[in-house]
Amino acid sequence: MIYLAAEHFASPPQWTWYILFYFFFAGLAGGSYVLATLLRVGGDARDEPASRIGFLVSFPATLLCPILLTADLGASWSRFWHMLVDVTPGDTGLILHYWSPMSMGAWALLIFGFFSFVSFVDAWLMDRRRRPLLPAPVGKLFNIVGSLLGLFIASYTGVLLSVSNQPVWSDTWALSGLFLASGLSGGAALIMLLVRNRPEAAFSLDRLRLADGYFSILELVLLIAFFVTVAAAGEAGRIVPWFPLWIVAIIGIGASLLGFRPPRLRPTGGGAAVAGVAMEATVVSVLVLIAVLALRAAVIFSAQ
Amino acid sequence: MAAIQAGQEYGFFTDTSVCIGCKACEVACKEWNQLQGDNPSFLADSFDNTGSLDAQNWRHVKFIEHVPDESATTGDGAAWLMMSDVCKHCKHASCMEVCPTGAIIRTEFNTVFIQQDVCNGCRNCIAACPYGVIGMISKPGTAHTCTLCYDRLQGGLEPACAKACPTQSIQFGPLADLQQAADVRLAALHSQGQTQAQLYGRDDKVYGGLNAFFLLMDKPETYGLPNADNAQLPSRNNVAGYLTAAVTGALAVVAGLVAFRRRVTG
Repeated sequence: MIYLAAEHFASPPQWTWYILFYFFFAGLAGGSYVLATLLRVGGDARDEPASRIGFLVSFPATLLCPILLTADLGASWSRFWHMLVDVTPGDTGLILHYWSPMSMGAWALLIFGFFSFVSFVDAWLMDRRRRPLLPAPVGKLFNIVGSLLGLFIASYTGVLLSVSNQPVWSDTWALSGLFLASGLSGGAALIMLLVRNRPEAAFSLDRLRLADGYFSILELVLLIAFFVTVAAAGEAGRIVPWFPLWIVAIIGIGASLLGFRPPRLRPTGGGAAVAGVAMEATVVSVLVLIAVLALRAAVIFSAQ
Repeated sequence: MAAIQAGQEYGFFTDTSVCIGCKACEVACKEWNQLQGDNPSFLADSFDNTGSLDAQNWRHVKFIEHVPDESATTGDGAAWLMMSDVCKHCKHASCMEVCPTGAIIRTEFNTVFIQQDVCNGCRNCIAACPYGVIGMISKPGTAHTCTLCYDRLQGGLEPACAKACPTQSIQFGPLADLQQAADVRLAALHSQGQTQAQLYGRDDKVYGGLNAFFLLMDKPETYGLPNADNAQLPSRNNVAGYLTAAVTGALAVVAGLVAFRRRVTG
């Protein structure tokens, strides 16, 4: 058995607000990038406007991540680069510990930042000048590689928490998948929210809601797995005080599932088409985004 | 004791059966390492007003009361347990395993040491340490714990706490010598009928062995120490965590493709 009913005597690391919002934006950055790629690679040509929304929001969200992480270092903020470079006298050089999720995450964030930035510029150029930065086959391959990193960024934060000796976090295997499913759901919600400002992307709205529904099913299954594993480890008492946050998280999942239905006729473009579903999509999206934040808050605070 | 030499393993053997809770170790540690300590507080926890190990307390005398209401015996050495707790300088150190910066190293004395000029205050070591011994000092924003008086060792001096301990509850020396002394002491206690006495961290069952190991008069959990079954490295969860992410990612990509490939009429 990997997971035992462990007795924990570890001190809390005091990872609080900066880390909470880092986890939130990392989930959205990775999730929206993956969805943008899926829309571009697997979708219809009419999905391209929504795909570009995904790339356009992924980079700003990614940009916030190192800022939040650096702020969390407090007085040592100027040493953020020590995550990448070992400055031990006599042993200087780049540092990557594959067994340390934080080390892996620092590198992944840097490389994903590059992919996210290039895709952002590409989408912006397409919007403004109808000319992509990268030719189509290369661009799609670039997006696919970036998506793999996006999946990592959205999920490794769960591994980071599990690879510790903290109660709750280290008592479950479900966190990485839970954060990934939640990040993808949040990414879909974010893109749907922004479709309001881009009528030509309305074609993708129902498809995004369908995808969001699938992600929410995954999230629900993993949430149940999380509760079961934590309870089996005898740590259920630590998650109970955060009951309101769990309820908010579950409401978000429920909102996604209520909107879960097959795509129906959606004419391409047109403000009227968007207006018809705008309110419903907005409410669902906002609930989902709040739930993404609440889920992470509940997990982070349960152990501390 | 013979001269302290680089390249040899050193550590502490803390014999809790002779600890009298005087806290000389706490004071000596603070004095030598110039630790200011936390603000005094009344914890209503026996004679303990330190609370726990942290960035300002690298030694902490724990008081564990098992005194029955109506004492019929002398307690057999287990009625009132006292233990001077400290960083265990684990052979397989959880803090060292997760540190992303390489700030946590093994010294030439095989002790664990946080390089203050390399640490960037990420606090991953605090999340990982199963003993809760590491703490943060907000300025300069780095993690701190017992160094096993690294500077004193380099100068050929034994650590301040061991030097100050009046009952030799804290013994310092080459690890092999300490282990031998611990075995002798355990055998003596067992021969006196103190069968509950046990060594903690003497062998490799707990984090590959501890450079700071203990003789306990009760089970480890009583002292706030994980037992051998619970003493696991953080990396045990790497495979399961990444595997869950990979499976979820694969299912999500398939789900996304199904959703986006669905034919739309009109």
